[in-house]
Amino acid sequence: MYGFEAMTFNIHGGYLEAIVRGHRSGLLTAADYNNLCQCETLDDIKMHLSATEYGPYLQNEPSPLHTTTIVEKCTLKLVDEYKHMLCQATEPLSTFLEYITYGHMIDNVVLIVTGTLHERDVQELLEKCHPLGMFDSIATLAVAQNMRELYRLVLVDTPLAPYFSECITSEDLDDMNIEIMRNTLYKAYLEDFYRFCQKLGGATAEIMSDLLAFEADRRAVNITINSIGTELTRDDRRKLYSTFGLLYPYGHEELAVCEDIDQVRGVMEKYPPYQPIFSKLSYGESQMLDKAFYEEEVKRLCLSFEQQFHYGVFFAYMRLKEQEIRNLMWISECVAQNQKSRVHDSVVFIF
Amino acid sequence: MSGTIVMGASGSWARAMLKISPYTFSAIGIAVAIGISVLGAAWGIYITGSSLIGAAIKAPRITSKNLISVIFCEAVAIYGVIVAIILQTKLESVPSSQIYAPESLRAGYAIFASGIIVGFANLVCGLCVGIIGSSCALSDAQNSSLFVKILVIEIFGSALGLFGVIVGIIMSAQATWPTTV
Repeated sequence: MYGFEAMTFNIHGGYLEAIVRGHRSGLLTAADYNNLCQCETLDDIKMHLSATEYGPYLQNEPSPLHTTTIVEKCTLKLVDEYKHMLCQATEPLSTFLEYITYGHMIDNVVLIVTGTLHERDVQELLEKCHPLGMFDSIATLAVAQNMRELYRLVLVDTPLAPYFSECITSEDLDDMNIEIMRNTLYKAYLEDFYRFCQKLGGATAEIMSDLLAFEADRRAVNITINSIGTELTRDDRRKLYSTFGLLYPYGHEELAVCEDIDQVRGVMEKYPPYQPIFSKLSYGESQMLDKAFYEEEVKRLCLSFEQQFHYGVFFAYMRLKEQEIRNLMWISECVAQNQKSRVHDSVVFIF
Repeated sequence: MSGTIVMGASGSWARAMLKISPYTFSAIGIAVAIGISVLGAAWGIYITGSSLIGAAIKAPRITSKNLISVIFCEAVAIYGVIVAIILQTKLESVPSSQIYAPESLRAGYAIFASGIIVGFANLVCGLCVGIIGSSCALSDAQNSSLFVKILVIEIFGSALGLFGVIVGIIMSAQATWPTTV
């Protein structure tokens, strides 16, 4: 019953909600980012990070540090926190937490299939996979030649199996098909997650609907922009858009026929929530669009913490942590390559 | 029989209601007073306690101060016990010819109503204090200046139980059973 979750939420979710809010207080603040941006070397970054929550993860690293090590250790912290929460959770929270990782599973599957196509070694690819998206038979993906085999050999046993019904073809895998497969899987995943949240009802449904609708709209815009000038037909493009969100269905109709970024801007400016994002960009520019979308996402994720007794805080925390890891990766790369003037191009402050 | 004055109501259900012994009503009132108060207190304590335990992992300093929320919830159960004890002292034996006299019925209904008032007031008070206590623990873990401000809200919440106790005791004060034949 919406409005009365406070009476029964804490039976199963009270402890974990308090834990996730405690983790949120450990996210890096603007002051931390300012300190990090002023570092000269990666060792300085390690020293600043050891004063934050990342301390125990980075302190044993030997001294010529690489940016990939920093990112790997920070991701390890996220994975540890996630696994701790997952093993304490009961239904339906445990299913909800598992849903959060299916996006990473899809990314890992696409990574391995693409890498195999380009004749990379499977072990090397496995090391690049995101740890939250690992599943048991993932290494077998390297053997598959087309999508039907991919499904039959590996994916039918994973949670991604129901998302494959729309994209099984017998064509061989190549770059274009793999991108279409990635987007089709992600579309099926978002819709499934949306339906699951609607079934949970209450505050979770309301907050997660908003966050997932933003995700769906953002993906629609990115698909449109990335497919401008490629051989993707308008109908194919339309099939990749999700069936929920603010842009569904009229915005999708308009986006499907866009041929350049200014037309996309014209479509998006009709929607008041997205108008400030697009007004920040000057005409013809699309590099800052990613950062503008990330900022809007971070704002919405932080707002979900304002309400108590719902599951949206878990999703929001995972996303905010991923954003923080992206920030750290950008800062470390800028410092390592001596391009400190570009540091603020892509860092999104969370607090 | 002596019931003719009482049974102004016709119809078998109304007569059945009037024939329920006032002792039954009193006993149920006392049971509700203590039972439902304790339900409210327990509900509030688990709501606060689960959030408090989780939040105290990252911020151990909050544990001692936030036990006040648990104490406010516990107070609700104590109100229930006090009122139940007061009500059971009001329960007296009446001679069997007077059991269905209007005075007896009035006493029985007064104890019943008092029990219901106290029980349900304490139920919602316990719930209220519990939910606020949970939010208090989580906010205190993030920013310790918020604790005292949210505690004021909790104090207003716990006053609700007190209102119930006061009205319940006033109701039960008029529960006088007839003594003469």
